[in-house]
Amino acid sequence: MKLAYWPGCVSRGFTPELHGSTALAADALGIELVTLDRANCTGAGVIAEHNQELADTLNARTFALAQETGLSMMNICSTCQGAQSECQERLDADASYRAHINETLSGEGLAYSKDADGFTNKNFLWVLVEDYGLDKLAEKVKRPLEGLRVGPFYGCYVLRPKTRLGYDEHPDRDLYLEQVIEVLGGTVVDYDGARRCCGFPVITMNKETSLRQAGTHVGDAIDAGADCLVTPCPLCHLNLDMQQPEAAKVVGRDLGLAVLHLPQLVGLALGFDPKQLGMPKHIASTIAVEDRVAALA
Amino acid sequence: MSAYTLKVRRYQPESEEDDKRGAYWEKFDVELDPTLSVLDGLLQAKNDADGTLAVRCSCRAAICGSCGVKINGQSTLACKTQLGEAAEEAARKARTGDGDAEITVEPMGNMPVIKDLVTDMESTHWKKFRRVTPWLLPAGPPPEREYIVPAESMVDVTQSVACIQCGACVSSCLSMEADPEFVGPAALAKAYRFVGDPRDGQTTERLFDLANDPHGMYDCTHCFSCIDACPKDVAPMNQIMRLRRLAGDDHGIRDVNNGHSHEMAFVKNIRKKGTLDESLLFQESYAPGVKGKLLPRVSAIRGLLDSIPTAIRGIRTGKMRSIPKLIPGVHHKLPGDAQDHVKHIYERAEESKIQLNLYIIGEGGEEDASAEATEPESVEEESATA
Repeated sequence: MKLAYWPGCVSRGFTPELHGSTALAADALGIELVTLDRANCTGAGVIAEHNQELADTLNARTFALAQETGLSMMNICSTCQGAQSECQERLDADASYRAHINETLSGEGLAYSKDADGFTNKNFLWVLVEDYGLDKLAEKVKRPLEGLRVGPFYGCYVLRPKTRLGYDEHPDRDLYLEQVIEVLGGTVVDYDGARRCCGFPVITMNKETSLRQAGTHVGDAIDAGADCLVTPCPLCHLNLDMQQPEAAKVVGRDLGLAVLHLPQLVGLALGFDPKQLGMPKHIASTIAVEDRVAALA
Repeated sequence: MSAYTLKVRRYQPESEEDDKRGAYWEKFDVELDPTLSVLDGLLQAKNDADGTLAVRCSCRAAICGSCGVKINGQSTLACKTQLGEAAEEAARKARTGDGDAEITVEPMGNMPVIKDLVTDMESTHWKKFRRVTPWLLPAGPPPEREYIVPAESMVDVTQSVACIQCGACVSSCLSMEADPEFVGPAALAKAYRFVGDPRDGQTTERLFDLANDPHGMYDCTHCFSCIDACPKDVAPMNQIMRLRRLAGDDHGIRDVNNGHSHEMAFVKNIRKKGTLDESLLFQESYAPGVKGKLLPRVSAIRGLLDSIPTAIRGIRTGKMRSIPKLIPGVHHKLPGDAQDHVKHIYERAEESKIQLNLYIIGEGGEEDASAEATEPESVEEESATA
């Protein structure tokens, strides 16, 4: 399996452990990634808020770069997925609009094609379940995560709106994290926050609202007995992990729950060492998870 | 006919039975055609099993907006959800692999419950609704006959006009769960209905008010819940994004919530660097440009100071231990001539600013729908001069 790879900005910025662990996990799974190093930020919905055409053209450029490789595209960020799917929906809706956008891209010799042969853009989570396959993933598991209690945290941008995010064709996309956790040998923890918002988009606008969301979900997961959370979104990770000590102050309780990136959880089951997967870089201590995994090996 | 089990969240504060005065679950078995609605199921339960079961309803045709509830956790209208579909969805979410799952029905969220499925819309939904002055405030004396406006100038408010005030979006709002004072999706969508109306004379005032309210347009976390909840396709979140675009970009409102400065910091950041310079984005969101740095607002200084402990933790674990992450502006550009091409995209798109309106042209509208026909600049000019 070979895919054009858009790593996003945050995975190489404040969550460098995500980019690193993706490379390790993909390699071990036999997924070859061709990094789109000329591609630009998706705008995370913020550029679309300012100017839709600007966001649509920026993302059309990334799609066109991917299409040049003849491969489908993978991202590792729920927010990238949502922002790109939003733009793709508009690009695909209107031929004259698409022509206008492609004219802008023509200077670079690029063009986005709506009907490019089987072209898709999917988050690593969707790739794992739909294209790689859970059976094949199960075969690769070297260290089943037995007894590890994992709370899924999706991130809004891979959940909603359903009409835009391909739920007609793949209705179970809001259950994939549970499926992956189970295939890796872990135990799914049901708690209220799994499909709620981490609050990150308003962290600079209303810090209290933002951190109350993050703190509430982390607290609910702890109350439900989780050893850790797992998320396919680095922006959720920023609020749930990096801001966790601040979120604890807002909700007025002790927190301290490890938050893993999806490729890290996969990597643990594939037998990688927590250090290789960058887990010591996290703010919320991952030591309890590391000890549990060490006991399995 | 098929058999269904409705698992209903009940609350009977006036009950004489002790165990019924707090909220509790009760199951009702009903038998109906799968194409009939969950509301039909609730009414059968009320008729046949327990006459005290309270549910608000009227038209039974998704027009009156009375029967907002949560079905399998999703805020929606009971009359618009078929029993067969609801049972399938319940089974899917339960991951049991069979079709026997119970359909859960709960009162709407973010509102006090009066009895069973009946919520107090007055203290939340309607109070927030009145907060945005939901009526036309025309400039100058009314015309002798009706107001004449070009048809295309009303295109962008059509979607918000479709609202039936059912409260499903309020029920689903994840920001409001964290901040009950948030003005919320229904009221803000209604605000756009008047902000976008060329006849209204208070456009800037409305925008200024909602941009500077800490619980206003910049308190929306962009979670899309209201979009999925709305039974009439109003997409309240999209209307909130329209409010933000109009406030900051078209009316030049510099809000105290750093909303517009965050947006512009992001936009400029990508123009310059192609990928996100997170520390620059953070700093510019609080203290934009030279002026923001020379004369920072108190809230900006507080915001930046508050973030120091987080940064120190990031440096300690190694997450942020690199020069570009610590010094705003050092972040690299895209390789080769890629950054120049990104700049070219900016130049062109900032010039034409086309906004496709998928509510009007449809997602599969395709080939004949013309981008130019839905270009809203004309609308905005109208509203600015109205």
